[in-house]
Amino acid sequence: MKLHEYQAKSVFADAGIPTPDSQLAESTDEVLSAAGSIGYPVAIKAQVQVGGRGKAGGIKLADDDEEAREAADAILGMDLKGYTVDRVLVEEAVDFTDELYVGVTMDRGEGKPVAMVSEKGGVDIESVAEEDPDAIAREHVDPAFGLQPYQARRAVYDAGIDREVASDVSSVLTTLFSLWDDRDASDTEINPLMVTSGGEVVAADAVMNIDEDALFRQPELAEMEEESYEDDLERKAGEYGFDYVRLSGNVGIIGNGAGLVMTTLDLVDYYGGEPANFLDVGGGAKAERIANALDMVFSDENVDSVVFNIFGGITRGDEVAKGINDALGQFEEIPKPVVVRLAGTNAEEGMEILNADLVQVEQTLEEAVQRAVENAQEGDA
Amino acid sequence: MSILVDEDTRVVVQGITGGEGKFHTEQMMEYGTNVVAGAVPGRGGQEVAGVPVYDTVSQAVREEDADASVIFVPPAFAADAIFESLDSELDLAVAITEGIPTQDMSKVHKRLSEVDTHLVGPNCPGLITPGEAKLGILPGNIFSSGNVGLVSRSGTLTYQVVDNLTNRGLGQSTAVGIGGDPIIGTSFVDALSLFEEDPATDAVVMCGEIGGEDEEQAARFIAENMDTPVAGFIAGRTAPPGKRMGHAGAIVSGSGTGTAESKIDALNDAGVPVGDTPEEVADTVEELL
Repeated sequence: MKLHEYQAKSVFADAGIPTPDSQLAESTDEVLSAAGSIGYPVAIKAQVQVGGRGKAGGIKLADDDEEAREAADAILGMDLKGYTVDRVLVEEAVDFTDELYVGVTMDRGEGKPVAMVSEKGGVDIESVAEEDPDAIAREHVDPAFGLQPYQARRAVYDAGIDREVASDVSSVLTTLFSLWDDRDASDTEINPLMVTSGGEVVAADAVMNIDEDALFRQPELAEMEEESYEDDLERKAGEYGFDYVRLSGNVGIIGNGAGLVMTTLDLVDYYGGEPANFLDVGGGAKAERIANALDMVFSDENVDSVVFNIFGGITRGDEVAKGINDALGQFEEIPKPVVVRLAGTNAEEGMEILNADLVQVEQTLEEAVQRAVENAQEGDA
Repeated sequence: MSILVDEDTRVVVQGITGGEGKFHTEQMMEYGTNVVAGAVPGRGGQEVAGVPVYDTVSQAVREEDADASVIFVPPAFAADAIFESLDSELDLAVAITEGIPTQDMSKVHKRLSEVDTHLVGPNCPGLITPGEAKLGILPGNIFSSGNVGLVSRSGTLTYQVVDNLTNRGLGQSTAVGIGGDPIIGTSFVDALSLFEEDPATDAVVMCGEIGGEDEEQAARFIAENMDTPVAGFIAGRTAPPGKRMGHAGAIVSGSGTGTAESKIDALNDAGVPVGDTPEEVADTVEELL
């Protein structure tokens, strides 16, 4: 779960990390009134969960009411990488001399958290990591003991941070790690951490992503969750509780288990088709869930053909077959041809139950995918 | 022979009184697995599926000589259950649970370096030595006994590939589902090194997927340390960057690491043929044997 910038900033500020004055605004009038109380110059920043907001025109500076009005009119309501901007953060524009980076994430290869500091803040830190990895000082943290003060200092000095602010940066990093640890974050980041002309440090941005699997013990953060979806289909998938990713092709894919569904997508591609989506019904799906999955895929107007690939372990073939019959039985005419491949637990029972008037049955994964690709090509023509 | 489990493995089921725990205990026993005990705090003295339940894992070890555990414990308590099995000096712990917080697994990972227990999982289907024992939720009937080792990050993909192998008479020595989470116990490298030492395994299938760099590490290990031939399969060639494809660990990062392409290249460079389809993987195994 991603927090919005304004949410992450309030969590950081509560923990004692210096942040600029700011207010959330939903209209141009609110922007002007916020800017008036904060004092110009201000930065006006789109609150959507995408990277590279600045480059995409989602962040603008304003020196007076007129510029603030122009910026607010431009940003509010704009489409930013598929998301509509309905709120902006109006923030004191900090007069800075340096932009640093500090962050904490999980190094999955090491199985340990890693704390990071760099002098090269203010830009895409992933490209710094790729092009100039030595510009980021890293400290792996023992998860049983946490980030030790000497480690924070070592990272800051190794990163070549100015001595005048070294102690402040080290303290920000320590707090950032505590937040990461206490709040079950997957990442906490400040980019840039600005050094002001007065020699202070201030968090000009704030990133905090929370491990979804740990939300049960982070009730305050769970309350901050604001669902945002790229489109109605993703919203629907969220409501049904499916792992779903929309893609650009026309072969709808439903399966059980992430690895098998990915493999089905890859085979559709291999046989010359284009996957329309990734949809994993998960383990042990009952009839209703199967019907919901079909509803999802039929709702996608790009879909010309559907393939069902179920290899039962926990999931039972007879339940799947019932769900397919129920869902398709409601149509006078099946909207799009459906190919079904059932294997594993109770697959034989499932095959007997399946209404052969409604679906095309194939025995192997390869055959099922090829048939679905042919169906899609006919549907397209 | 086999790796990690055989007919002598004595299993304690943590969480045996839960729905999943009870059902799969029965399934495991039906398959022939030697389940000797259950462990559930507060339920000591009860019996499930004809098996005695103890309050703690160490009691089960003391009283029933258990040497492996299978963990069907809800995510909030699962890391604690894993710690308990590690502290009870079992040879093997298999964590089926999906959705354990990553920070919990980081602490487990640290503890693993201090003990001798092998952990398989979490978020995995478990492992099976066909005809001898299965620890987990895999459908036993698709497996057949033989000389092909299999290691995979995905449960249902394991079933698919095993089906392709079994259908043409290629039986398995042991099949291990290592799980799709970012931090897991047994890695590809761990499983591959066990297969390399196993005289009953003459070829290995390794099924990877997008996300992380475990497959790349495995490729280096194969090139440097393995004589047993390996065939590969990588799921997620069509996955777009930045999207989580079901598994918590299956995400191609924005900066381009963790892609199917980089994994396939690494395996090919290590002399491992990677099939485009599960059927091709079975073809390859036939050629390697």
